[in-house]
Formats: sequence, C-alpha cells, structure tokens
Amino acid sequence: MQIRLTVNGEPRALEVDVRASLLDVLREGLALKGTKKGCDHGQCGACTVLVDGVRINSCLTLAVMHDGDAVTTIEGVGTPEALHPIQQAFLEQDAFQCGYCTPGQICSALGMLAEAAAGHPSHATADLLAPVELTEPEIRERMSGNLCRCSAYPQIVAAIRQAAEAA
Amino acid sequence: MADDANPIALNRAGLIGKPVDRLEGKLKVSGTADYAYEVMEKPGAAFGYLVGATIPRGKIAGVDISAAEAAPGVLLVWTHRNAPSQPAPGTQSQAGSQAPAQPELYDERIRFYGQTAALVVAESFEQAAAAARLVRIDYEADAGAAVVFDDMHAAARDTGGDEEAQKGDFDAAFASAPAVIDATWTTPVQNHCQMEPHASLCWWEGDQVYAFTSNQSVKRPQHALGETLGIDRNKVHLRARYIGGGFGGKNNSYADLTLSALAARELKRPVKIALTRQQMFHMTVHRPATVQRVRLAADRNGQLTGISHETISHCARADRFMERASAFTKNLYAAPNRRIGHKLALMDLPVAGAMRAPGEAVGMLALECAMDELAEQLGMDPVDLRILNEPDVDPTDGRPFSTRPLVRCLKEGAQAFGWDARIPTPRHTRDGRWWVGTGMAAAIRGNFLLPAKAQIHISAEGIVTVRQAMTDIGTGTYTILAQIAAETLGVPLEEVRIELGHSEWAPAPGSGGSFGAASAGSAAMDAGINLRSKLAALAVGDAASPLHGGDPAKAEFRDGNIVIGNQAEALGDLVRRASPQGVDAVGAVTPDPKGREYSQHTYGGHFCEVGVDAVTGEVRVRRMIGVFAAGRILNHKTARSQLTGGMIWGIGGALHEENHVDPRFGSFVAQDLAQYHVPAQADIAGLDAWFIDEVDDIANPLGIKGVGELGICGAGAAVANAVYNACGVRVRDYPITVEKVLAGLQALEG
Amino acid sequence: MRAFTYERAGDAAGAARAAARPGAKLIAGGTNLIDLMKLEIETPTHLVDVSRLPLAGIEPTPDGGLRIGAMATNTALAVHPQVRARYPVVAQAVLAGASGQLRNKATVGGNLLQRTRCGYFYDPAKPCNKREPGAGCAALEGFNRMHAILGASEACIATHPSDMAVGMTAVGGRVEPVDGEGRTRALPLSELHRLPGDTPQVETALAPGELITAVVLDPPPAGRQLYRKVRDRASYAFGLASVAVAGGQAALGAVAHRPWRATTAEAALAGGASPDEAAAAELAPAQGRGGNDFKIPLTRRLLAAALAGENA
Repeated sequence: MQIRLTVNGEPRALEVDVRASLLDVLREGLALKGTKKGCDHGQCGACTVLVDGVRINSCLTLAVMHDGDAVTTIEGVGTPEALHPIQQAFLEQDAFQCGYCTPGQICSALGMLAEAAAGHPSHATADLLAPVELTEPEIRERMSGNLCRCSAYPQIVAAIRQAAEAA
Repeated sequence: MADDANPIALNRAGLIGKPVDRLEGKLKVSGTADYAYEVMEKPGAAFGYLVGATIPRGKIAGVDISAAEAAPGVLLVWTHRNAPSQPAPGTQSQAGSQAPAQPELYDERIRFYGQTAALVVAESFEQAAAAARLVRIDYEADAGAAVVFDDMHAAARDTGGDEEAQKGDFDAAFASAPAVIDATWTTPVQNHCQMEPHASLCWWEGDQVYAFTSNQSVKRPQHALGETLGIDRNKVHLRARYIGGGFGGKNNSYADLTLSALAARELKRPVKIALTRQQMFHMTVHRPATVQRVRLAADRNGQLTGISHETISHCARADRFMERASAFTKNLYAAPNRRIGHKLALMDLPVAGAMRAPGEAVGMLALECAMDELAEQLGMDPVDLRILNEPDVDPTDGRPFSTRPLVRCLKEGAQAFGWDARIPTPRHTRDGRWWVGTGMAAAIRGNFLLPAKAQIHISAEGIVTVRQAMTDIGTGTYTILAQIAAETLGVPLEEVRIELGHSEWAPAPGSGGSFGAASAGSAAMDAGINLRSKLAALAVGDAASPLHGGDPAKAEFRDGNIVIGNQAEALGDLVRRASPQGVDAVGAVTPDPKGREYSQHTYGGHFCEVGVDAVTGEVRVRRMIGVFAAGRILNHKTARSQLTGGMIWGIGGALHEENHVDPRFGSFVAQDLAQYHVPAQADIAGLDAWFIDEVDDIANPLGIKGVGELGICGAGAAVANAVYNACGVRVRDYPITVEKVLAGLQALEG
Repeated sequence: MRAFTYERAGDAAGAARAAARPGAKLIAGGTNLIDLMKLEIETPTHLVDVSRLPLAGIEPTPDGGLRIGAMATNTALAVHPQVRARYPVVAQAVLAGASGQLRNKATVGGNLLQRTRCGYFYDPAKPCNKREPGAGCAALEGFNRMHAILGASEACIATHPSDMAVGMTAVGGRVEPVDGEGRTRALPLSELHRLPGDTPQVETALAPGELITAVVLDPPPAGRQLYRKVRDRASYAFGLASVAVAGGQAALGAVAHRPWRATTAEAALAGGASPDEAAAAELAPAQGRGGNDFKIPLTRRLLAAALAGENA
C-alpha cells in the first residue's frame, strides 16, 4: 500500500506491506534505526515515538493506519552534534548504559512532559482535580512504560528532572 | 610497579575516577549507535526468522516446507533435512580455538523446548515471519522426557570437582551449638531479558565473512563461527560495536549468528536474523532455579562455629552448567567448621547459563537471610553479627585478602542509612496501610583478571586511538579505556578514540564476570606505557626535538606534551615531524601468579526500607542505599550506575523475577515481558550507592576491581530482611510475591 | 502475521457491514489485536480501521450520565474533566492499566474488547479452548496464578484483563453497538461480557460485525469512588485482583472472565452487613485451581478494605 507520512518534519511517500508495523517501516523502510525493537508487543517501550506529538508504541500499530500522520523519532529530537536538552541531560546524568532502550525513553519523556504540562493526571496523582506537580513518584509512574534492563531508572528520573527544570 | 611509574596511581591529570560522560553517549542518546541488526554498511539484507521446537526432547519425525517455500518473498527454508552440512557440535579443529563449532539444524534430534528447528529467509520481515508459521514440523517426543521440577532433591546428583569444600567437623559443631539456623531457600528460573534481542547480520566478500552480532565478547563468537563454517577463523570478521545488554546471556552465540552466516553464503547477500522476544526465553540461556540449604551454628555471643551452604541447581541433560550459589560462602564469614556443596539436577530443559553474578546473586539471598535469622535468634544487631564474624584471612583456605574493607562498608552504610534507629522487632511501624521495616545484608563478589592485549596508536594530529577486540555492553568500557589512555599519555580526553568490537584487533576477554575493565584496562595502560617509551625514544633521538639528547627514562607526559626537565614538545608536533605515519604500540596483561595467593573480592553493605501492604501483602521498596568497595574507581559516574543497576536487579530478584517451568511441556510459562517481570521505573524509589576509597594493588596493575555484578550481590537479601522486619513474614521461596506474604500475614493474624 | 486486506472505514454502519464478512475484523487502537496477530492467535483476512471515525467525543447525557465515544483513547477518557470530577473510579481504573504509550493508543471500545492475557492463550504451542475450541485448557492443571476464581468453567479459567471496564462496571451503564444496517441498540455493560461456559471463544454478546460506538455511563452513584489494583509490579503490570467502588456499588477485576459486578456484596451491605461480611459473601462461591487459591483471600480482603473506605 502507498502511504504518506511526515517524518521528523519531512514528507515521505512510500510503499509498505499492509502488515508492517510503524516500527518496522521506520527502521527498515526509512532506515531510521534509532527507534528500537525490544519486544515487538508493547511490553517494553523501546519503540516509543511521537505521533502528532503523542507518545505511542510504534510496534503495536500498523504503518497503514498512520497514512497522513506526523511522526517524530529520536532522529528528529536531536543529533550527536546538536543534542536536544533532554538528550544532553540523559548524557550528563548517565541515564543509560547499553543504550538500547534510550531513544524510547527519550521520546517517551518528551511525550510525558507534554502530557504533564497539559495537566494529565497519573496513577500516582492523589488528587485528580489538582494541578499536576511533576514529583519523582509522578515521573516514575509516568515513565513505567519504558523498561530499562540495565536499570538506569534513578538516573533517568534525574535526567528528566534536569531537563524539565531547565525548560 | 611503583606508584610513580604507574600513571593511573599517579593520576596527574585527575582523569582517573572523574565522573566523565560516556564516550559513546552522544550516539546512544541520539539513536545513532548501530546495533547488529541495524548495520547499514552493506544494504539489501534479507530477513531471517527462526522456528523453535515445541517438545522438550525427541526427534523431528516429519517436515513439510512446501507451503513456506511457496509463500511470497521467501528466499530459503531450511530444516535439518536441507541445511548445509556443518561440523559436529563441539568441534575445535583450529589451534587455540576459544570456542567450539555451534552447528544448527544438523540433525533430527530435539534436545530442549524451543531449540531451533527451521529457518526461513525472505525479502521482508513480514514475509519471513508469515512464512515461518507455514513450516510444518511433526515431532516425536521421547517417552522418557522428564522435568522433575517440583523435587529437585530427587534429581540431584554429585558432580565432583571443586564444588565441594569441607573444613573441620561441621556436623559436630552444628550438633553442639547453642544457636543454630537450618532452613532451605529456593530461587526460581530467571531470564536475562536484555532489551536488545540477540541478533546477527552477516555477509560474505569472497571467502571472508563479515558478521555483526550482539555478543559480550568478540573472539569467542569469531572462533565459534570459524569452526562452524569450517573456515580459518581469520576469515571471520566479527563485529560487536554496540550491544544492547548482555548480563551473561550473550556470552554464547546462538542460532542467529550461525544461520545468518550460512544463509548469507547461500544467498550471496546479507542476511540478518533477530530472535523474537518470545524465542529468547527458550533459545538462549537462563539462570537455573536453586534449592539452598543453609545451616549456621553459633555460640551464645554470636561467634559462628559452623557454616554450611548446600545448593542444588538444574541444567540441561547434556550440559553441566552449575549455579554455584554456595561458592562465596567459602570466603565471607569466619567459622572453623565448614561445609560447602553443589549438586546438579539434570532435566529436559533449555541450557542454563551465567546470569549477572552467577552464584552470589541467588546464593546471598539464602545466606544473608540466614544471618538475619541468626541475629534475631541471638538478639543481636545484624550488622554487629557480621562484624563479629569478620575473618582475618580467607576462612576456608587461609589466604590473605588482597583488601577486606567489608566492615568499613557496613559501618558507613549503617550510619548513612540511620540504622541505629532501627527497631528489631517486626511489625513496629505503620504508615497508613503499609507496614514499614528495614533490613540489611552484606555484599561480596569474586574478583578476576584475564589475559588481554591492546593496541594503541598516536597520529600526526596527536589523536590517540586504542583498539581492542573488546566489548562495551553498557558497562562503560569505551569511557574508562579513554580515561586510562588519556591519563597514561597525558593527553586531553577529547583527543582519545576507542575502537572496540573488531575481531582483527588485539584480543581481550570481553565483558563478563566483572573482569572486563581490569583485563582490558590493564592491557590498555600497558600499551600506553609502551607507547610512551617509543615516543620518548623518538624525541630524544630526533635532532629537531627540543628533547633531543635528554634522558628518556625521565620523560613525563602531560597536557599533550612530552616533557624532560624543563624542555617540552607537543606530542602532535613530535609525531608529525618524526613519524608522520604515527606511532604504534601494543600492550598486554597476564595475571600475575602472585595474585592467586590472595583471596580477592569486592564488598559492600546494603540497607533497605520497604513497605508491606497490610491488606494485600504487596511489597514496595521505599529507599535503599549501598556502600561498596571495589578498589580504585576509574569513573565514579559509570561505576555508580553499575552498582545502582545491580541493586535494582537485586530488588527484582527479591520481589519480581521468576519464570515458571511447566513440566508437562518442558517449557517456561513466561515468554514475554508482560509475564516475566523485570523491575519497572515505578518500583524503584530512593536508591543511592557510593564507593569507599580504596585501592587494590594485588588485583591488577590498575588497582581496580570489577563493579558490574557487585550491586546485585546481597541486595535482594536486604529487601527480604526488611520485609520480615516490616511485617513479620519470612519468605524463603523467592520471589517474595503477594501470595506468599499474604499467607504469612494471615497466619500472624490468626 | 497472515496477509490481510485493509480499509479505512468511512462510517460506522459501513464498518459494521464490512466487519460482518467472514474473516473480517475491526481495528481501532490495535494495541491488543496487532499483538495477537503477530503471534497468529488472531488471523483476520480483512481489517476495517475504525480509528478515524468521529466517535471520540465525551459529553454528559441529559439524565446526568456520560456518553463516551468508543474511539476516545484511554488517555482522553482518563484526563477528561467530567471523568475526573464525576467518575474518578473510571479515571483511576484507566490510569492503573498499561502504560502512558498504550493508553494514548488504546481506545475505550477496544479496551472493553481486549482478550485475556492467559499465558497459555498467548502460546500457540499449548492447548487452549479459547484459541482452538475443543483443544483443552492447559491452565486448569498448569500455571494458573493469574486465573479466574469466579464464574470459571472446566473449559476456561481465563480472566478479563481490563481495569477500565472494572471501573465502568462499578458505575453501571450500557454500550451502544451499531450493526451493518445502521441500527443501534443498547446493551447493558453487565451483559456485554460472557462467562466462559462451554464456549470460551465467545467472549461478548456482540453479533458479528457489530461496532461499539459508545459507552454510556449511568449517573454517578452517590458516595465515594475508588479503584484499587493489586499487581506484582508497582506499575505496567496486569492485575492480580482489583476492586472498584462507586457509592454502594462495587466491581472486581482480574478474577473472572468478565469484569465482576459484586452484586452479592452490594446486597449484603444494603442489608446492613459489615464490609468484611459483605466481601466474604461475595467470595463465598469463589473456587481456586491451586496457583490462584491466594486470590480468594486477597480479593476478599481487598474488597472489604475498599468497602470500608480504606485506600491509599
């Protein structure tokens, strides 16, 4: 099937297998290997990308279902030469080890920060009607869809706090 | 080596220990580090997909690949009937081979559930995955296939060897002691669950194969692939530049490597294969379950008179991997009478293997809880009990310790945690619905050094490059090698490049057993020192150098210069003029036999506070600290991350991680990350770790020790002890899940 | 994944018509269906994508209830001011499930229709009556720690994994399916999901192709609301047991083939029983299968505490 995506701001038209996940189209079709396949079943978060600014697991959605959508991958967040502040924070806080979950963590963090800024509550929010305060328990809960087997969890929270406070 | 000749000890520029950011970090945070499956140097890779067997033991009775072969895009379908002939498993035909042939699809036998039974290669991933399910395989299970999982005692057998250690008369000591503990702890099958699935991408150029793979070492998979393909291993160009987690589960290579190489040869194009997350659970190794009986005998003051730790673990019928969970007990506490033992229970299960801190990770879950129980029985503080039983020399073989700062770790940890405010009687504090309590445990992990080499080069631009057939699996190898090289050569970190993961480069043992930094790093320092000698000789022999005629033995390297007396020259200037092609040197480390005369370990103390839900029995860690001793620390940032990561593994082992064996099928029940629970972000609160200052000059030329496994050792026991202190329930069957705590709570409630 | 054809639906009735064809299936968020298609547990030959249908609105009904479009994402539901203010049990239930990423994609309709997480259902190499009627149930004598203690059968002891549905069940309401003729009916939430009986493969009362267009919640019952979930991890894990309380109404999750309205406990409470007594009455018919025996006391304690107003 022919689909059109806007990927990292660039319009792309491509032919995809109707079965192909958005993840596989990004990685194999568009050679954007920064988005990782950890479990392929929505159970690890390594494939997290932003679709129209919203974080999702790209492994559990078909590329054909995103015809017309705007996708942001880690490659659109920042480059080694020009890191996004949250990438810089991950670097400084040592918020990764093997690095495989990291692009997903970063995309997830960006989506999460936007959700918090929009006032979304979480499971950690005691008062559903109060303004959201991005405490450590809030960050931990909101980032729990991103597993890190190296277990850089405390450093990830520190990096997100650093980036959130700088923003 | 005297300190004044050891650039790491001298640490003139202060780079050793400095918490610098990861050298490859910018690539990882930007998604530009390419893991094996993602390598694009040779485009046009075809996609392989494996098919796993669905019986625990037996044979393939029939196959029908016609539907799969006819499916769109399919390039190749192999079973044992049509796969290329390969050497028998275990073949080591090349001199000095570090790993045997690992043939796949070589016969009809199925030796474990999930064993690779077929391969499909197609133009796309979707086509390969779909066609793989069209492969029809009929199995004939052996009538005798058996998994006796509920009674490992029944299947246990002695294996002999050095797994046993006896000293004194344990039985007599135990029989006469006024205070004894005799209890059995069990730990379940655990899975590594690296975030990056095992994957390989191979292509051929003539008779040479380029193999990108996700492996913890470089030389072993290179050698294995050479043996498997029946070609000179030097024709195998193995690459392992970035590895998405290993933890022992990527010590071996698997079907993805063998079959991508064979299929690439057959199809004359690159082929890549990744295991699916589901396949990882059976096709790769796991940590076996253990049954551990620990017996302690003590006098009324808490002095241990006897200590016994006996472990049964299981392994695949044709294998002999043993989870040596009792081994560390040889070294930890003083007691004149000792018995350490291990037995194996052979079962028709997949092959077991090393997983982060094999032995200690699960063994300390038993011994360190037994110590807690003994302290309670004696009315002693658990920290004091450990300090009282601190040995002067190795309690089993009498060797001196290279260093032994365990007590310092315990004392510093206790103070930082506020341990002296602890109430020893359980069920003392409620915070809303939570019982709150604290626990502690000691940490110990063996320290190792393996032979390694390194090559180093300085260019005319003054750029120093270290090359090694070494890996960085997230441990920080790239970074610490750069620090070592920069400090040794006296150049800024920015002028150092580290290139790892190429089999052509100087051999190093890879990442595993916490030996990576010491082995690879010592070789790198030696290479740097050899390069300094060459540069000094070059300078004093070069009439155009301001150092001409100086004493090369007096040369110092700092700020990018070589300095003799009050004369200095920039390294780049020297090389550009005197050796414009650059200067190369090699270095090596060989374990000093003297090192074996010492008992070498890393140490630590864990202190943990948990909450236990009084209604449901849910356990949540509220805060946890670890204080550790691991020799000189090369990089306080990356080393600390190793510790906190290990502690989180400890929390996972105590509370979450478990795979169930279904003996009816010989398979694991959990085959994905929704069923196998590794800790998630929300499970980890208030975690901190740090090192005490120490240097271990016995361990290796760097004075460092391994940190990759230390954090997990004992961490789970601190959690378990805290659970007891919180709610009064001792769970000796890990993990400490809701049903076990709840049963205890109900019993206490009467 | 088996090959299939794909269409993006233009309207609800057309989608229902297309989905009524043999082998066809509706897809919205896809977070469960694609998961199962990759394992070839679901093998549709045609997918009808309803995710872009204009059925995502959330608005009060004239009688004081709340109409939730079936295509609203789980996130949109949980963050909606009306839901947070008037149906906190639903917001809490949604937020207790899955992850932020999944909730952003999963829809309300799809959440209701998600399938069990039984490990044997998920492993195509193992017998499962739900996957292959008549094949047998591997969970009965197998690893059944996560499995049903209420309303199970000898054919199936799987549970419904949703949190959201448990919150909604405590409140009460209806779903509104539309068929290929464009006819909408009202199906009480309590009748949407079936118990397994002899046909565990039939999970709902929906006719083939019927598309849920909305969930209409009853007006919130007077009284406090809360949702409490017990799970092995602090987050991102399916429940071992959960309880939703809305005024004098309660529902249990992860204990049965469907969200379990605790009508026995409700009646007992109304009759003056204590929370402990009411919870005991609800769990009286519960039956364990070995590995899940603990869920009986766990659920009883959880329900009693929730009915007594203990939380957090």
